[in-house]
Amino acid sequence: MSAAAADSVSADAVHAPEVRLSGIGKSFPGVIANHDVDVTIRPATVHALIGENGAGKSTLMKILYGVQKPDEGTIEVDGTQHSFRSPTDAIAVGIGMVFQHFMLADNLTALENAVLGAERLHGIGDKARAEFESISSRYGFGLRPDVLVETLGVADRQRLEILKVLYRGAQVIILDEPTAVLVPQEVDALFANLRDLRSHGHSVLFISHKLDEVLAIADDITVMRRGTTVGEADPKTATKRELAELMVGSELPSPETSESTVTDVVQLSLRDLTLTDEAGRDLLSDITLDIHRGEILGIAGVEGNGQAELVETVMGMRRPTAGRIFLGDEDVTTWDTRRLRESGVGYIPEDRHRHGLLLDSPLWENRILGHQTRPPSVKGPWINRSGARKDTRRIVEEYDVRTPGIDTVARALSGGNQQKLIIGREMSGDPVLLIASHPTRGVDVGAQAAIWSHIKRARHDGLAVLLISADLDELIGLSDRIEVILRGRMVGTFDPARVTPQDLGAAMTGGNA
Amino acid sequence: MNTLKRIGFALLAPVIAVLIAMLATSIVILASGSDSSAGDFWSVILAKPENRIMVNIINQTSMIYLSAVAAAIGFRMGLFNIGVEGQYTLASYTAATFAGAALLPGAINVFASLVIAMAVGAIWAGIAGILRTTRGVSEVISTIMLNSIAAILVGYLLDQYGEHGGNQVRTKALHASSQVPGWVPFEDRDGAIWTLGLLAVAVGIGFWVLLNKTRFGFDLRATGLSQTAAVASGIKVNRMVLVSMLLSGAVAGLIWMPAYFGSAYTYGTTFQAGLGFTGIAVALLGRNQPVGMIFGAVLFAFLSAQSNSLVFQTDISPSVVQITQGVAVLAVVIAYELVRRYRIRLEQRSVARARTAPAQEVAA
Repeated sequence: MSAAAADSVSADAVHAPEVRLSGIGKSFPGVIANHDVDVTIRPATVHALIGENGAGKSTLMKILYGVQKPDEGTIEVDGTQHSFRSPTDAIAVGIGMVFQHFMLADNLTALENAVLGAERLHGIGDKARAEFESISSRYGFGLRPDVLVETLGVADRQRLEILKVLYRGAQVIILDEPTAVLVPQEVDALFANLRDLRSHGHSVLFISHKLDEVLAIADDITVMRRGTTVGEADPKTATKRELAELMVGSELPSPETSESTVTDVVQLSLRDLTLTDEAGRDLLSDITLDIHRGEILGIAGVEGNGQAELVETVMGMRRPTAGRIFLGDEDVTTWDTRRLRESGVGYIPEDRHRHGLLLDSPLWENRILGHQTRPPSVKGPWINRSGARKDTRRIVEEYDVRTPGIDTVARALSGGNQQKLIIGREMSGDPVLLIASHPTRGVDVGAQAAIWSHIKRARHDGLAVLLISADLDELIGLSDRIEVILRGRMVGTFDPARVTPQDLGAAMTGGNA
Repeated sequence: MNTLKRIGFALLAPVIAVLIAMLATSIVILASGSDSSAGDFWSVILAKPENRIMVNIINQTSMIYLSAVAAAIGFRMGLFNIGVEGQYTLASYTAATFAGAALLPGAINVFASLVIAMAVGAIWAGIAGILRTTRGVSEVISTIMLNSIAAILVGYLLDQYGEHGGNQVRTKALHASSQVPGWVPFEDRDGAIWTLGLLAVAVGIGFWVLLNKTRFGFDLRATGLSQTAAVASGIKVNRMVLVSMLLSGAVAGLIWMPAYFGSAYTYGTTFQAGLGFTGIAVALLGRNQPVGMIFGAVLFAFLSAQSNSLVFQTDISPSVVQITQGVAVLAVVIAYELVRRYRIRLEQRSVARARTAPAQEVAA
């Protein structure tokens, strides 16, 4: 694929501008998404921006693409300062973006999708078709203009998205986690496309948290952590270990657990659990695992390898296609979420805004959520307002939720305080099992330490915990045992006392470090 | 935030909306170049209602309020039951037919008819609920279509089985023993306040208790606020959709019952159509709140009833008040959103202050 491109380099070469972001800052209510961010994208390079989830990469990209306005800092394109009010302004200076979730109309053809919204450039007739075909062949995309988008696979859709931004004259292309949706062969093909783009003079800003890929494709690497750029690395000399250290940072408090409190009593047991989607693909395959009372089982894996599905299946939000789930001695495979919660399953969801809170409701009503059938929130079919309020006050105090009162709406709290409220709530009513999905994602360091100590204390008291996290240090520090999940399968068990992040990383990607 | 401030915020948006609506109406009257001025219009509308109109306002309020509650039950969980109109049309016809047949004596007949009205309304709404939960059909589309079907169905049934007199068709008249006229506050000629208007009071209280005091109400509100969080908390959303559609339809079934048993006594030209859509507007105006909708219902009933006098005293068409009503609803939606954002900003500021203070003080 890359061979085809070499011949036409000089004829079609573009000259991507140098893009320089300096001192970018952006805060949302309760969260500082970006501060003091400095990135320079040199012309005709692939520039990788890496960092953990919540490090502020996506916000930065939205700022560069004009979706959001920065609170402070400047964007310079070839030395001229710009302030983008909308993506249209960004496209006008040659910056285009492909989002992680594709924005294509399924019922239109590839050509129609490319032209849609850009009719003024090349019309909608033969000129548009010629331009489409010329881009497609120049970069080896192999896209046919008249194919219906609904018949295209993920990789072709992605190429179409890239074609769309090229069609609009983009010279700098932002790709938000483009490989998250691709299988390895497709990743190779994408990288060949990106190299073609580079050799034609385009710049690519490549966002990822997969270190192998970054080292394979990037010319420059910028690392972000907790909202700011913390370093740059040369992919020729940098190792994955160095990058990982930059991403995670050394300032983090250690989540180290003390002596083992693992008992012999199995609290949660999964037997050959399989989940198949409508298209017949296995999201989870034959997962078998046990969690004992007083044990924290950590699940490591690159995001999108079945963690969310595993949690939703155990929580009764999805029904497994095959296999059994046991809670203690009881077969709970067919139980619904409410019944599971009533029997003592606590749940810290991955996305607290979508799954954990009623953002516009006061804290004391949020205390009831998920506990609608248990005291102190209810009395029979009635809501026990005073009971719920009293218990909310207890949580606010015990879990150090910083709020002016329990009538404040959840939305007004910072991420860390929202999460502390959720943890306090889920620890209420003597849970026997806690499903904790990224419990410290997007919370500040202080809240993180507090959350870790709450989880450790509950474990000491006999709680069984299923911990899913993208933060390997958190997994290693908290877990009694780590299982690695890859494409919906458990592919390895590790002892956190001896494993290194590098070993885990290798198992998570199914290859060698 | 103290109670006074809370009430202030709750009133802010509707007051702004009503003022904007009055302004817009005045501009329309000015622009229309009529002989009467905007001042004439408001002096008629804002005059003290005559006794006859006063009675009318109260009666209309009860029916509009029932309709608003029916819509609000769905709205509170993010379910847009646009089919209140069809539900109460079909329910009114069925109940009137049943009551007119006088299969049961006196008060029992009234009671049974009310149950039938609720059941028919619930079934008609339930069709949309089942379509939504089993086939994923948007309830907006299906309820709108069911409105048309209900109108055609009732027209057909009435024509087939109704009593034809002149060029009118109606159901068999209600036997005197089952009539529930009401209370005459002024002279006989000014009319009576229908006893069954008390249904609105009962339904309003029931709605308030259901929403704020029961687990079911909590689940309903939670589903409306965030369906994803509701699912994660163990709420079965499909079941909630169906149950709230049934409840919404059952309340819708009652809408015209005060009028039927109070003065109409037959379903025919006496039937008052359009209340279903008025209810939606009032639910929006009252923010789907049991108390808020009382004010909305009174406002709508007041404007409609007072506008009748426009014909005698000005050359302004009574339908101008529909502009007032429409603008009020539009303005209130915008005003609520602005007030909501302002409140969140205020709360965030107070949270920021609390974060710097020690936690103990906060908890106390």
